[in-house]
Amino acid sequence: MTCTEFLSKLDDYFDGKVDADVLAEVQAHVKKCSHCEVVLDTTRKTISIYRENEVYEFPAELRERLHAAIMKKCSKAKV
Amino acid sequence: MPAIQSQVAEEVHPDVALVARAKLGDTAAFEQLVRQYERQIFRVAQHITQNREDAEDITQDAFFKAYEKLEQFQGNSKFSTWLVRIAVNESLMRLRKRKTSRTVSMDEDVQTEDGSIPRDFAEWRPNPEQLYGQSELGEILRKTIQGLPPGFRTVFTLRDVENLSTEETAEALGLSVPAVKSRLLRARLQLRERLSRYFRKKNGEAKP
Repeated sequence: MTCTEFLSKLDDYFDGKVDADVLAEVQAHVKKCSHCEVVLDTTRKTISIYRENEVYEFPAELRERLHAAIMKKCSKAKV
Repeated sequence: MPAIQSQVAEEVHPDVALVARAKLGDTAAFEQLVRQYERQIFRVAQHITQNREDAEDITQDAFFKAYEKLEQFQGNSKFSTWLVRIAVNESLMRLRKRKTSRTVSMDEDVQTEDGSIPRDFAEWRPNPEQLYGQSELGEILRKTIQGLPPGFRTVFTLRDVENLSTEETAEALGLSVPAVKSRLLRARLQLRERLSRYFRKKNGEAKP
């Protein structure tokens, strides 16, 4: 497996969607290519850091104000 | 195993009943859907537009449009995917209005051949959470995603922040599955590369 092929499998690899033989190839590639090992690890961290940290706050006050505005707007709609 | 298959087929998403009630004029049912998804829609809109006021307007408009067009929702996709699609369209439209000099669409910013080839191979040590406080980290994450082209930012937001599947993302964006996959790879690698400036293992050098 080349580095480019490794990159093309990354999405399915993270989703756990690769077949056993491809999985073995990915793992073998990462073992011998330290660059791709770092890319795999830091890309995984990139995803998790955005998933786990609330990048934009959604405070209760804003939520209530927004919710009321949505319902008010919809109450005037013709359905 | 037919018994298991039919069990899976009969599993109905709870939104289906709420949508059916809302279609019959049950406002409380629609309000429950709003409660369920207002945070997600606001987050998607803010990620795409990078502007809180715009995100507020878009969240209101998206739910209003969904309410008005509820009859047209046939249930071929999840209600949440349908709603996200409306919000994404509203957000991209808002970006287009704001940027007079260039157009914004899901088709731009693609195919810069070297754009996805990693260059930074430094490990992230210690973990970013150990390196930065919560507010500083939030600032870095906001600044970094802001620098991504809107098309990439949108795909990354739906797939990795909102956890939509590739197929749902394709549906919400009106893109093919391969197009989503290619944009997602580029988005992830670009973000990784940019974050590496802050998180890469230091050799006595100062933070950027």
